[in-house]
Amino acid sequence: MMLTILILLPLLTALILAMSNAKASRTVALAGSGIQLLFSLLLLQNYLTERAAGNTALFLFESSSAWFPALNINFHIGVDGISIAMILLTASVVFAGVLVSWKIEKMTKEFFLLLIILSAGAYGFFISLDLFLLFFFLEVAVIPKYLLIGIWGSGKKEYSANKLALMLMGGSALVLVGLIGMYYNSGNSFDLVHLSTFHIPFYIQKIFFPFLFIGFGVFTAIFPFHTWVPDGHSSAPTAASMFLAGISMKLGGYGCLRVATYLMPEAAQYYSGYIVLVAAIAIIYGAFATMMQTDLKYINAYSSVSHCGFVLLGIGMLTKTAITGAVLQMVSHGLMTALFFAAIGMLYERTHTRAVKELGGLMKMMPFISTVFFIAGLCSLGLPGFSGFVAEMTIFVGSWQRSGMFYHIATILACMSIVVTAVYILRATGQSVMGPVNNPKFLTLTDAHWNEKLAAGVLIVGIVAIGVMPFWLNDLVSPGAEAIYNQLSRFALLK
Amino acid sequence: MNGMTEFFFLMKHELSLVLILVFLLILKIRTKPIVNSSLINVMNVVFFLNFILGWFLNKDGSLFGGMFLNSGLLAFEKNILNLGTFIICLQASSWLKDHKHVPEFYMLLISTLIGMFFMLSSGNLLMFYLGLELSTIPLAAMCNFDMEKANSSEAAMKMIMSSAFSSGILLFGISLFYGMTGTFSLLGSGYNFDGSPLQVLSFLMLFSGFAFKLSVVPFHFWTADVYEGSPVSVTSYLSVISKGAMVFVFSSVMYTTFKGIATVWYDAMVVLSILTMVVGNLFALRQNNMKRFLAFSSIAQVGYILIGISGSSESGMASSIYFILIYIFSNLGAFGVISLISSETGRESIDDYKGLYKTNPMLGWVLALSLFSLAGIPPTAGFFGKIFLLTAGAAKGNYLLITIASLNMIVSLYYYLRVIRAVFMDSNENAIEPIKSQTSFKLAIILCVAGILVTGFANGLYEYILSLSHGM
Repeated sequence: MMLTILILLPLLTALILAMSNAKASRTVALAGSGIQLLFSLLLLQNYLTERAAGNTALFLFESSSAWFPALNINFHIGVDGISIAMILLTASVVFAGVLVSWKIEKMTKEFFLLLIILSAGAYGFFISLDLFLLFFFLEVAVIPKYLLIGIWGSGKKEYSANKLALMLMGGSALVLVGLIGMYYNSGNSFDLVHLSTFHIPFYIQKIFFPFLFIGFGVFTAIFPFHTWVPDGHSSAPTAASMFLAGISMKLGGYGCLRVATYLMPEAAQYYSGYIVLVAAIAIIYGAFATMMQTDLKYINAYSSVSHCGFVLLGIGMLTKTAITGAVLQMVSHGLMTALFFAAIGMLYERTHTRAVKELGGLMKMMPFISTVFFIAGLCSLGLPGFSGFVAEMTIFVGSWQRSGMFYHIATILACMSIVVTAVYILRATGQSVMGPVNNPKFLTLTDAHWNEKLAAGVLIVGIVAIGVMPFWLNDLVSPGAEAIYNQLSRFALLK
Repeated sequence: MNGMTEFFFLMKHELSLVLILVFLLILKIRTKPIVNSSLINVMNVVFFLNFILGWFLNKDGSLFGGMFLNSGLLAFEKNILNLGTFIICLQASSWLKDHKHVPEFYMLLISTLIGMFFMLSSGNLLMFYLGLELSTIPLAAMCNFDMEKANSSEAAMKMIMSSAFSSGILLFGISLFYGMTGTFSLLGSGYNFDGSPLQVLSFLMLFSGFAFKLSVVPFHFWTADVYEGSPVSVTSYLSVISKGAMVFVFSSVMYTTFKGIATVWYDAMVVLSILTMVVGNLFALRQNNMKRFLAFSSIAQVGYILIGISGSSESGMASSIYFILIYIFSNLGAFGVISLISSETGRESIDDYKGLYKTNPMLGWVLALSLFSLAGIPPTAGFFGKIFLLTAGAAKGNYLLITIASLNMIVSLYYYLRVIRAVFMDSNENAIEPIKSQTSFKLAIILCVAGILVTGFANGLYEYILSLSHGM
């Protein structure tokens, strides 16, 4: 019941938005996403109470009703800790996204409508336990992005929007083939719970695992299908960038973990070397590519490629700690990158430039925004006390547990990329907010408004809450991660 | 039950159309001139009643010694075609209101529809051929209905030539079929298909005849020119109703008559579906006229339908019927917008649609929704239609085919997005002026949008079609 409400709330908001006028729309969107955030917290609380009461089922609040009985498709929903963490992330990012878009003038109503529909897609994706349903929501979350970037974006927006939509649809086309393949080789079932108990033959897994992993991987910028990320993120309006980097890329990571790895454990082990290889390439390549960027949005976009590489690295290492770390990194990166894009959006709205060289000394006029920007940067480079440190540390520890020279080298290389991250983050943040004021026009600029403060506040609370007290999130996600790990060891291939 | 009432119930769909036709003829021989707008309104109501009546008092059975069949599935297919015709008539109102030959248009329309119904119901190749010709020849006349336009006549000429050619091939196939089996019956009893060369040849002839009508690549050359030259309402009729009827007949002939050589037609189907998807999509990329663009996109759609049929199972049959139903809504949504804009402003190029959203937001949304449904993007019905087709097609384990199909869906998305981009993102000094539409047009659009949004989620509908296909 709770989960049905979770998916109905954004739909209801969208319906009211469609009927309201442009002026009222932002209030409706804010109210809708605010209620959704509160509801997600309530869901977390209920989840924890259930767990405390000793409910050890993997998925809670499960419900299933027939949708297309002839094809054995059910409306099957349920959540574990990983999904709850992702739902919380989505709710915070969407809430913050609505707040930072408060001043949007052009087609206001349509903007918020698309944003809310996007969020509905994400919520639906995270609660689906039926793969058809999951695929449905995955695709729901693509086209609104195209319109958001193409209509409200900046720069070469049409090109970026097209590239993003086509690459993501390409990814989902691969996923579709994988799903249909799995369907026919598992006694005609799309049901995640059924499939996890059904042992798909290894040779079938070997064929369809790449489809699913690469398909979902496109969403999470797997190398070499990461090229939509820089263009898409930098052309998108602030709220869409936040959603793209904060949530959309996590759909891919979640899919890789929950669908590909969980349901095809032997193939995951068979291919884990390749996964680690592309992840390590993405981490290092992303970090060095970021060094060369001069546009703040491009810096964050390329660093997202690098950071999402950590997620894939964690998944590819296949140890329990690394998988937990991958989930932590998804949440942490979601919050951090959304904060980063929000701060960049605020800066850009005032200075009308995103070039690092033209900025400078902003701390004097905009202490709040500059601080937010700095916090996001520090979290990104993994400073202890913020969520980034917790997540990356967990991944490194987990990765090292995987024996084998190849995996050790990959781990060491990934660790070393942190240094590069520190270089570009400190350079970008230092040059843009510290030092003398380069442009006298900037002296008259004002600091953040209430809506921007609230948006940043919500995200920073999340980042710090994870950074200072990581155990709660760790406890939340580890049963889910453990289930995936158990699945892997049950069908052990490499030992 | 005595013979007369049985005759009435079994041929109910055809008889009600004949009744309308007679009514129109009487109207025509009166000396008093007919007021266009009132005739159009009356006909819209008549088509609506015809559609509603189609749902009641259906009976299974056969007439004239197995020449004419009726079953729940056939009645349902006829109802789908009735619905599509009703929507097209609503959309045609604004185009027809100043036309000189309105009664003739309706007469031709109804004749083609009767032809299609006979074709659907045929249990015999001769009956099938009669129905086919009855549906094709008036259609060619309809293509010429923009009397003063040269390319409308060109379209009619191309249509009649290509259909005459394909009928020739079809007849050759039929005569071979008769020579082999000694019967014209389509029901597959009394002879055995074992895949001997002559049988395969006869099958290929029949198959090519069908492929012509379905505009399957490489038999698709007439499609784009005919679609472009004809009036928009006729184009939409061609692309939706005529194609839909052909798909229904095609799948049932493949499933019943040629059951014995399923392996032969499976290979043909796979090759042609890949060709059709690829060529249709690649040609659609370069079109600049909205009608040509939709023509190639509809060629590509047939490729997906062939995949579903190739699954050769009940779910293959059901998913292709389900897809046609969804395709009627989506294609008519798109064609409705195009026909309104074309009849009000005469502009048909994609560049003309730039900035449409600024001036006509509702039309922009409807067009976007229809194109997304054609592209198979959720939550529109097109998503369900495509996925079910692909799922049915994968039943034989041909995953390569599914992979090619899903990659083709990305190519198709590219050109649908081109239109979306023109409508929503590009700015245009000379955008199409705000258009006021008639009530009948609004009704048609509401039907299409409702169909696009509801058909997918209405799971009962798919189950219903599947239960009807059970007997096949």
